[in-house]
Amino acid sequence: MSGMLDHLPYLAAGWIMLVGVYGIVTSRDLIHAVVCLSVSQSGTYVLLLAIGYRKEATAPVFSDVQPGTVSVVDPVVQAMALTDVVVGATVTALLLALTVQVARRCGTLDPDELRSLEP
Amino acid sequence: MSSRVRMIVFAVGALGMVVLFATGFRRLPDFGGTFHPYGDRTVREALRQATPNVVSSINFDQRVLDTVGEELILFASALGAVVLLRAVDHEETESGTRHGHGAAEVFEALRLVGVVLLPITLVTGGYIVAHGQLSPGGGFQGGVVLGTAIHLIYLAGDYPALTRLRPVPLFEVGEAVAAGAFVALALLAVGAVPALNVAVGIEVGCALVLLIAKFFDQALLVGADGR
Repeated sequence: MSGMLDHLPYLAAGWIMLVGVYGIVTSRDLIHAVVCLSVSQSGTYVLLLAIGYRKEATAPVFSDVQPGTVSVVDPVVQAMALTDVVVGATVTALLLALTVQVARRCGTLDPDELRSLEP
Repeated sequence: MSSRVRMIVFAVGALGMVVLFATGFRRLPDFGGTFHPYGDRTVREALRQATPNVVSSINFDQRVLDTVGEELILFASALGAVVLLRAVDHEETESGTRHGHGAAEVFEALRLVGVVLLPITLVTGGYIVAHGQLSPGGGFQGGVVLGTAIHLIYLAGDYPALTRLRPVPLFEVGEAVAAGAFVALALLAVGAVPALNVAVGIEVGCALVLLIAKFFDQALLVGADGR
């Protein structure tokens, strides 16, 4: 049973990633490029959670559930998605800080006009 | 590189990725299936360690060394952003009265909402950090809530109060100490999930406050320069 529908979440993850990369390639503004990178990265969230999904399962938290009575989704990929979110947020902050510096030194945010590293 | 060449390069790369991706996923277990050997083992281990929130157990107990790496990435990029955004000397003097802004004129109701929500949000953040090993939440999530809570004062229109509320050097020290404490705890106190959650919560909260403080400074500098 490996129809198209069974792989749709994986395909969606790949599509989100490609859309983000397309945005970076065609970007005319560095802030836009940073946001596109975030979009591209959110494809990995979809991918990770899709891999860990289990039908009719609940969250992997046993504070109000008796262990063994229900199946839970894969917690490993959820932990990875958490790491992913944290790293993504900090990298976005760092890139935006770089963007602020570029705007101040070069007076433009268009990547095509940033020909050299000289101020 | 002209935009056309760039598009061609992108198209070739995207096509290659699609092919690799599609062939890679054909052999994966079906979506929503029951085959999760690694997940089952971590659940068993988490229950053995009496940590009902399995995600916390993985992050702070079973794979804590990975989280040390994540933590250091967080620390390094917060540090990098702060260094990049530091105000250079002559800019400070150019802008003159950087903090000469008074409280903005906002509705009293908005101010009241900010004052009322601040303690509630702080308590919520503390709760999310403290309950990370039991219920959904943890240091990362709670730290973000704590870091944002302080900025409710800014949203309520009182920037001077915000600067008094968050002395930047204190948060710098807090971030560094929490990062060091996390690494030490991760190496020495294996399985101390609540303590690690607290260290991460403090570090994330401090990092967020520092980052936003630096971006605020930049906004004020740029505004004062008239750019």
